[in-house]
Amino acid sequence: MKLDSPFAQTMGFGAERDEDGRLVLTMAYETNKMGRPGFLHGGALAGMLEAVAFATLAEALDADDTARIKPVNVTVTYMRGGRDHLTRARATIERLGRRIANVEAVAWQDDPDTPIAIAQMNLMLARD
Amino acid sequence: MASNPPTDAFDPIQLIRMMSGNGHNALIGVRYSAHGPGWAELRLPYNHALISDPATGILASGPIFTMMDMATSMSIWLKRGSFQPQATLDLRVDYLRPAEPGKDVFGRGECYHLTRSIAFVRGQAHDGDPARPIAHVAGTYMFTAGA
Repeated sequence: MKLDSPFAQTMGFGAERDEDGRLVLTMAYETNKMGRPGFLHGGALAGMLEAVAFATLAEALDADDTARIKPVNVTVTYMRGGRDHLTRARATIERLGRRIANVEAVAWQDDPDTPIAIAQMNLMLARD
Repeated sequence: MASNPPTDAFDPIQLIRMMSGNGHNALIGVRYSAHGPGWAELRLPYNHALISDPATGILASGPIFTMMDMATSMSIWLKRGSFQPQATLDLRVDYLRPAEPGKDVFGRGECYHLTRSIAFVRGQAHDGDPARPIAHVAGTYMFTAGA
C-alpha cells in the first residue's frame, strides 16, 4: 500500500513531517470517512493506520531493497471516538527483521499523547 | 401471528441499505449479501479506486477491514434482535492471502457471544469460494447506551 496508490488517493491521505523528521499521515474529516453520525468510521482509521505502518516501513528499507511488503495481520484498538476533525497518524518500527517487521501505528486528533486508536501490524518482507 | 407483530422489528436489510448508502461504507461501496440469526454477510464489489498497487490490481486491505467491521457490527444486532449503539473495542484481521484482482469480496461476520456490556465477534472473507478464505477476523464491541 503506497501513498500514491489508488486507495490512498481515494482516502485523501496527506503527508507531513514531525520535528524529528518522521512521516506523519494526515486525513481530513469528510462525510465519506464517517461511521456513526459525527464520528470517524473505525474502518477509515484502520486503513489510515495500515497505510502509515506500510509507508514508514517502506522508507526504512535500503534504497536498493526490492522486498515486497505484504500485510500478515493487524490488530486495531479503539481508545476514543474519532470526532469530525483532522486526524494524524505515525508509525514506529518495533523490529525490522529480514523477513518480518513488527510495526505500531498511532492515530490522534488533538494531542499525540491522547491517541484515538493504535494498530499493531506484522508485515512480511517478500524477497524472491 | 399477524395480530401480534413485534413492536421493535429489526430489519437488517433496511439498516444495511441505509448504512451502506452513507459515510465511509458508501465510499468503499459495501453491499448487502445475506443474513441469518447472529450473522451477516456483505459484498465488496471490485473497484479500481480501492486497489493498493496498480501493478498488481490487488485490493487494499483497508476496505476489507471496513467491510468486516460492518459485517461483525451487524451480526451483533442480529443476535440481539435489536439495534443498540456500540463501539468497536478492537478488531484483528489475519490476511491469509490477497483477494484475486477483479473479484468481489464477501465478508461474513458472526456474533458468537454476548454479555451485558461486551459482544464477541469473528468472521471470514473470501472472493468466491467460502472454503478458501482470504481473511479471518476476531474482535470485541462495547455497548455504549447509558455509558
